[in-house]
Amino acid sequence: MSPEITQDLTAEEQEQLECVYAKPETLTETRFHYCPGCGHSVVHRVLMEVVEELDIQDKTIGIAPVGCSVFAYHYMNIDMQGAAHGRASAVATAVKRLLPDRYVFAYQGDGDLAAIGTAETIHTCNRGENIMIVFINNAIYGMTGGQMAPTTLLGMKTSTSPTGRTVETAGFPIMITNMIAMLPGVAYVTRQSVETPNAVRQLKKAFTKGFQYQKEHKGTCFIEVVSNCPSGWKMTPLQANKWLVENMFPVYPPGDIKVPA
Amino acid sequence: MGDTRLMKGNEALAEAAIRAGCQGYFGYPITPQSEILEYLADEGRKRGMIVLQAESEVASINMVYGGAGAGARVMTSSSSPGISLMQEGISYIACAELPCLIVNVNRGGPGLGTIQPSQGDYFQSVKGGGHGDYRLIVLAPSSVQEMADFVYDAFDLADKYRTPVLILADGALGQMMEKVEFREYIPADHVPPKPWATTGKLKERARNFVTSLHMQPEQMEEVNKHLQAKYRTIAEHEVRYELVAADDAEYMIVAYGLAARVSHRAVQLARAEGIRVGLLRPITLWPYPSAVLQSIASRLQGVLVVEMNAGQMVEDVRLAVEGRAPVHFYGRMGGVIPGPDEVVRALRAIVHNEVAQAAEAH
Repeated sequence: MSPEITQDLTAEEQEQLECVYAKPETLTETRFHYCPGCGHSVVHRVLMEVVEELDIQDKTIGIAPVGCSVFAYHYMNIDMQGAAHGRASAVATAVKRLLPDRYVFAYQGDGDLAAIGTAETIHTCNRGENIMIVFINNAIYGMTGGQMAPTTLLGMKTSTSPTGRTVETAGFPIMITNMIAMLPGVAYVTRQSVETPNAVRQLKKAFTKGFQYQKEHKGTCFIEVVSNCPSGWKMTPLQANKWLVENMFPVYPPGDIKVPA
Repeated sequence: MGDTRLMKGNEALAEAAIRAGCQGYFGYPITPQSEILEYLADEGRKRGMIVLQAESEVASINMVYGGAGAGARVMTSSSSPGISLMQEGISYIACAELPCLIVNVNRGGPGLGTIQPSQGDYFQSVKGGGHGDYRLIVLAPSSVQEMADFVYDAFDLADKYRTPVLILADGALGQMMEKVEFREYIPADHVPPKPWATTGKLKERARNFVTSLHMQPEQMEEVNKHLQAKYRTIAEHEVRYELVAADDAEYMIVAYGLAARVSHRAVQLARAEGIRVGLLRPITLWPYPSAVLQSIASRLQGVLVVEMNAGQMVEDVRLAVEGRAPVHFYGRMGGVIPGPDEVVRALRAIVHNEVAQAAEAH
């Protein structure tokens, strides 16, 4: 328990407290730098809870992208590599090929995975690399200050679509997850979210399945998380989650898209 | 005991990679080096190597990053345009201090250029290529034998200094067939432990992470200082070159790779005419053999740099010679290989012109 919460209590009182919710050992002591309400913190935590529960900390290697989660290796207490922008799945491919008994995942945002890294994403999945790809879709470039992403919704205002994204100038939001589901090498494709406790529980189940399928050599597991960006969307966390349900879900509906036979 | 065969340069290099214990090869087809990928896809896989034909050179170099980060001996190969595509990844690899081998079988440029041999990638190889302050150790073979031998050396240097090593060959060295002897090499005797690699966090150690990102400028400066200190150590210990007929030389040709082979013959022809000329063949293009050049320059009447480009290494020669002797250049571009007679003509012109100038001065 953090010192701020317990500082008003005596040592005796602290000892009497029952621990009902603890940080998993698979997260470091470093505090998340993410903005208040950002989905990344929750996704990191849930992912690391699963690694702890499956007892695979010593066998898991994560690949961090370029984007807001570029420092994922400061938070996840596992061996990790930071990849060049868009190339996380290529890096993950090599790690998995050379260390086939390890669990390997790539953690990527929408710009990383579906713009600059499209070729690597598609070909990694097409080869059916036995890894898990975690795709955080918040429809915006958060780290660079809120520019249009390939998944930005039509009409959505960003710093590079100041009057709203139009088909004429920027085309349609890319349905990368549905594209990935068409590839035969891909075993499991699901779209999840983290805007409610129940959604978080569903995401956790998806991660557990992703690692399980990897253990069974089923092929690529691709887990999209429809997430938010309160800062980039210029909303409070609550507004952002409401907006997500009302605007993101109609385009990116949650649920399984492909499950192993 | 060695094992002698008649092989193409590209195949010899690939065979040496297997023997050097290379565990992963990631590459994309491009002429004139596709035989490396082809040889390894067959022979390498049979002998346990992970060989992956990637979707691009961009993917290849990032796979090399991942594989090296996971502690394996890994490599890629390509030719000029493909190596250009890899530059971002090479910069990341240099900063993250990942040992690996990159092979450039240089073809003529710029642009899509030609598939014929060239040395047009000298600047790219030794002056950075990618962004930021980093260096590659650059080895320049000039025979099929060296195409094989330098693979072992490159992997050993890469592991010793945790740095990417580039073998810079050219299309002719890749395609031509020569006798090659494979020396005995036991990888286990050469590969050091890699406790920094991301192989899975064990309870008894802190997590390992491989990165090239350091947001605090002071911290990034420290990373840079560390890299520069390493490069100074390399420059101090790893310079390699060959001197031919240098003892009584009044003139020196400086050339590497295929141009050095041509120049070697030119030295013989010119000596038969009475021109006292020698050859300096840099084997490491970085670190550059500046010191040896500096030490002999003041007794030379002239230096002729021969390259298969518009004049790139000649700049490093001028920096080393520092005006102690006149530095001349002869080059062919676009995939044209100069003949020994052309080099002799260029040399003759320098010698005669200087003789004429000396007569005028009298």
